[in-house]
Amino acid sequence: MEDLAYMDRQMSTEQDIKISAKNVQVYYADNHAIKDVNVDIADKTVTAFIGPSGCGKSTFLRCINRMNDTIDVCRVEGAIKIDGEDIYDKRVDPVQLRAKVGMVFQKPNPFPKSIYDNVAYGPRIHGLAKNRAELDDIVEKALRRGAIWDEVKDRLDAPGTGLSGGQQQRLCIARAVATEPQVLLMDEPCSALDPIATAQVEELIDELRQNYSVVIVTHSMQQAARVSQKTAFFHLGNLVEYDDTDKIFTNPEDERTESYISGRIG
Amino acid sequence: MTDTTVTPVSAKPAKSILEIDARTKKRNAAEKRFKAYGIAAICVGLFFLVALLWAIIQNGTPAFTQTYVTLDVELLEEKLDKTGERDIEAIKKVSTFGYKPLIQNALVDATEGMETEIEDKNLAKLLSDSAAAQIRDYVIANPDQIGETVEFTVLASSRVDGYLKGRVTREDLARDKNLSPDHLDLIDQMVEDGSVERIFNWAFITGADASEKRPESAGIGVSMIGSFFMMLVVLILALPIGVAASIYLEEFAPQNRFTDLIEVNISNLAAVPSIVFGILGLAVFIQFAHLPQSAPIVGGLTLTLMTLPTIVISTRASLKAVPPSIRDAALGVGASKMQTVFHHVLPLAMPGILTGTIIGLAQALGETAPLLLIGMVGFIASNYPEGVASGFLDPNSAMPAQIYEWAKRADPAYYERAWGGIIVLLVFLLTMNIIAIILRRRFERRW
Repeated sequence: MEDLAYMDRQMSTEQDIKISAKNVQVYYADNHAIKDVNVDIADKTVTAFIGPSGCGKSTFLRCINRMNDTIDVCRVEGAIKIDGEDIYDKRVDPVQLRAKVGMVFQKPNPFPKSIYDNVAYGPRIHGLAKNRAELDDIVEKALRRGAIWDEVKDRLDAPGTGLSGGQQQRLCIARAVATEPQVLLMDEPCSALDPIATAQVEELIDELRQNYSVVIVTHSMQQAARVSQKTAFFHLGNLVEYDDTDKIFTNPEDERTESYISGRIG
Repeated sequence: MTDTTVTPVSAKPAKSILEIDARTKKRNAAEKRFKAYGIAAICVGLFFLVALLWAIIQNGTPAFTQTYVTLDVELLEEKLDKTGERDIEAIKKVSTFGYKPLIQNALVDATEGMETEIEDKNLAKLLSDSAAAQIRDYVIANPDQIGETVEFTVLASSRVDGYLKGRVTREDLARDKNLSPDHLDLIDQMVEDGSVERIFNWAFITGADASEKRPESAGIGVSMIGSFFMMLVVLILALPIGVAASIYLEEFAPQNRFTDLIEVNISNLAAVPSIVFGILGLAVFIQFAHLPQSAPIVGGLTLTLMTLPTIVISTRASLKAVPPSIRDAALGVGASKMQTVFHHVLPLAMPGILTGTIIGLAQALGETAPLLLIGMVGFIASNYPEGVASGFLDPNSAMPAQIYEWAKRADPAYYERAWGGIIVLLVFLLTMNIIAIILRRRFERRW
């Protein structure tokens, strides 16, 4: 049975592996936060990380664009490869990596600037536009992808912080896609939003799947079931189970996964 | 139907919320007491503030008016230019002593018809010693006026001024060698006549300090320029150094023992008595670096040392107050650390940084103790600096030092000027604070 599942996993991830993590360990000073995680994340797929609070899912997510570098005591071991390149290689500049791996945070965090400047900031610092017209195009495209263009096209000069929570989060998604990333990491993107805004963002995530490999951390199992194709269940720093979302939610292999999904632990 | 099955509400609940129980009463009383303490504390504070302001205004405002005497002085040719050639060198040879008879004549003319027993030669005691110098300066500037009669408005002596301000009484003058009660009678008549009047004293705000004998002509203007140049040095040095140091410590430096040590030391430096910075300035800037004594540049450097910790502490606090989500957002779109700091964090911390800087500058502006040791206290600031370079390098005083100097002098006329100087200093500070508020408003962003 186990062998079969292993085979199955091999089969499904063999096509277009975007991110491949091997033996990843993360320590916060003496605290071993991520224990030996191996995972292959496919391209053009939504992968959900679920698990109880403190299980390490956000920590692992932040390893993928090296946001953990900003924490002094954090130490990462093992290898994470994007398109076969080790992102923890000494030659890798995290700044360059983060342009390739966009991130959306738990709380909407637009810059206290205009909507236009929020989206244009990334392309500007990476030199993606040669002139104002090109930048306008990039901004419009990003806002359209963020499914917010129609709501803000008449007030691009208004401050981004003046939007509603759901709009702010979609603005942040637009800001993240403006730099043309290949992977989009989302750390509980809907936890600060109301159900309607959540539905809008979830719809958007599904659309984004066509162009990006999306990795989403969520506390809501329903959300994971709704938006993702693959789901990984983390518990106490271990990756317990990683499989197709349907399988995880209907017929999990591991007892802990089943307990969590049915609400007995967590 | 269901009504009958509902258990009837007991007529009297065990504990009614309409009655306040003893415990709640006690808590409410405690809250009321606390509020009363608070109001009392604020009232005491307000009382002292009002008393302080009242004392300052009461004592200081007389310094802003000064008694002047209007005289028609005949500039006699035989006294001022014996050759009649209007040779400027020859005119300069006549000292202020040579002008005394002219002033005496003018005074005799002015008091003609007034009843007095004062001898003619003692009449000039009504006027400030600076009167002769003032007329001489005029003559040297306008030699063609020699031989004419020109109207001058000259300073009255400080005692005459004090008499009109109510500071000097006839009893005081009984023991005075310079002025007699007869002089005051004469002054009364001259006031009626209109030739003696108290007018607003611009010279106090713009003028230079004077020797101990001439309080009537002392002004705070030159030391104000000294203070201004010092503040310029402090601003130019302390702001960039302080902000750069705090940005590095807050955003870039690794957290280890060494940075902890630096942090503790900065906090300690902010509490070091300012006289310690003064002696440091004396040792380093004057004795070691051989910078000129009493110069605003040395004062500025010393005050920079004193202001730096204040700026560093407030800048770090305002950098810390910027929400980390903004840093995440910037790093998340691929901004480098430095871009994150300069594009996002620093603009948001700007209002706090500015406030800290202005507080630091205000502190430095009012500081006297370090200036004591580098020779800016006690220096008679009697000349304006000639230019920007001499403004930094020539000996000068500073406003608080000037006030201290005046308060130290024996003549009560200087006491009044010390209070007046405090008003000027406070206005200076108020202006700085208003600028700070305006800048804050400009930089502040809404969330």
